[in-house]
Amino acid sequence: MAVASPPTTTPAHHETPVHRLGEQVFDMVADIGDVGLFSAVTISWLFRRRPRWSTLVPNFYMIGVSSVPVVAITGTFIGMVLAVQAHSQFAMMGLATRLGSVINISLVKELGPVLAATMLAGRVGSAMSAELGTMRVTEQIDALSALGTNPINYLVVPRFLACFLLIPLLTLMADFMGVIGGAVISTQLLSVDSFAYWQHSREYVGGMDLFAGVFKSFFFGAAIALISCHRGFHSRAGAEGVGRAATEAFVYSFIAILFLDLTIGIAWNAMYRAIWPQSAGLL
Amino acid sequence: MSVVSGTASPDAGASKVVVELLGLTMRFRHQTVLRDISLQIRSGQTLCVIGESGCGKTVLLKLMIGLLRPTRGVVKFDGRDLASLDEHELTKTRLRFGFLFQMAALFDSLTIYDNVAFGLREHNLYDEETMRRVVAERLQEVGLPAGVEYKKPAELSGGQRKRVGMARALALDPEVMLYDEPTTGLDPIMSDVINELILQTAVTKKATGIVVTHDMKTVLKVADRVVMLYPLVRLRPDESQILYDGPPDGLEDHPDPRVRQFVRGEAGERLREMAQNRGNS
Repeated sequence: MAVASPPTTTPAHHETPVHRLGEQVFDMVADIGDVGLFSAVTISWLFRRRPRWSTLVPNFYMIGVSSVPVVAITGTFIGMVLAVQAHSQFAMMGLATRLGSVINISLVKELGPVLAATMLAGRVGSAMSAELGTMRVTEQIDALSALGTNPINYLVVPRFLACFLLIPLLTLMADFMGVIGGAVISTQLLSVDSFAYWQHSREYVGGMDLFAGVFKSFFFGAAIALISCHRGFHSRAGAEGVGRAATEAFVYSFIAILFLDLTIGIAWNAMYRAIWPQSAGLL
Repeated sequence: MSVVSGTASPDAGASKVVVELLGLTMRFRHQTVLRDISLQIRSGQTLCVIGESGCGKTVLLKLMIGLLRPTRGVVKFDGRDLASLDEHELTKTRLRFGFLFQMAALFDSLTIYDNVAFGLREHNLYDEETMRRVVAERLQEVGLPAGVEYKKPAELSGGQRKRVGMARALALDPEVMLYDEPTTGLDPIMSDVINELILQTAVTKKATGIVVTHDMKTVLKVADRVVMLYPLVRLRPDESQILYDGPPDGLEDHPDPRVRQFVRGEAGERLREMAQNRGNS
């Protein structure tokens, strides 16, 4: 029998730039659909089977407890930097005592939630993606399926719950440390009157402002968990593939955080104005 | 068009078909890996699937357990089409299989005990005391010393990891064992140990075995039927991807030179192709 024979591969589809562009657009749309499906399956498993404590506790520790120092440090420095940067402008206008209101409102409504989420995406999102990516390429995810365990229920649901439930607490931590950092720099280093600083803060920053920031953080946590786990599940083989999945997890999570911050802000402001037409926006 | 059932062990002819593949085609994006594969695997049979790297052996194994969905064709287990099963039924069906992965695929974060007990615990099959006994029995069956259960997979050698993988697969008392290149990366002695364990599983557990391998020693030791796949890129469109389906003793003198070359480990045409590639570059 003849040994050499013509190959039977499908003809190449990458012949022109138009083909390549079309394929990239197609892949992008398929990827978005895939993330949507992955998210829907994850959320459906939340209601179908309660995760075991043995899978929840390590994830809560790794995602929540281990992130406290980095989030606290980031929050503190952001508060301090805001004080240093804003002081000269406010002092020039004789409004140095108003510094507290500006620093604290910025922290609780925007910087606290966004920076806590960014730190979580960098510290935890990349790690989750790399871990799940390694499990994918070493066939551990296939092994879970072969043992009759749904990998999304076993691996994704505990990570999703940990991010979703603990990011509000991390946000509060970032807010608190930022407020303390800003106050220390303003009152101790920049000699702003302490009573006036806190008085103006209290007048301007309310409980709803704090709630607005914490509310957004739930969405950030969900987005970080779903995007990072999805990238890990779809990691390509080898060290390069896993590294790429980890990088993509952070980049896509960060874009999602910024996008959600904007859209939730617009939506909530519209709703707030509809209910209280005379008020400023909430987010 | 392709195959039919092959020659099985003497008593396998009378036994029922457990796994049946009908016109199976598997395609990943622009690459077709399997084309129109049809096979029947009978209960109690040990089938070895051989062939070059990249010919689709592992894909075939993953299709059998429903880890991949075929582009075209049907996979039946115990007469039921896997595609027609809902998630709960598919999970129950998977528990009737044991799968030894190529690199064992042990869960890094768990101890050996937790790895072997994983399936039992996930499906609440036993209380903790019974589970401890079952895990100890399975580890003993694969010849691992006492005390190994407290270690993590990273602390074990390649051969030990394979044996833990086998203990984990056997813990659920599967009817069909799937082995993906069980001896790859092991020294000859450890390879023989694994081959013995495959034989032992077939004899003592009466489990049907499907072994994907390159290793002809494994084939000659454990198989009562061999199927040889050939990479599609080297085939004409009208050729069957299954070059051989029959008992192991028919391989050596098979009329097709591609079968003989594989069995004897001869480079054959590949050397000429390499020379051509060097010339072209």
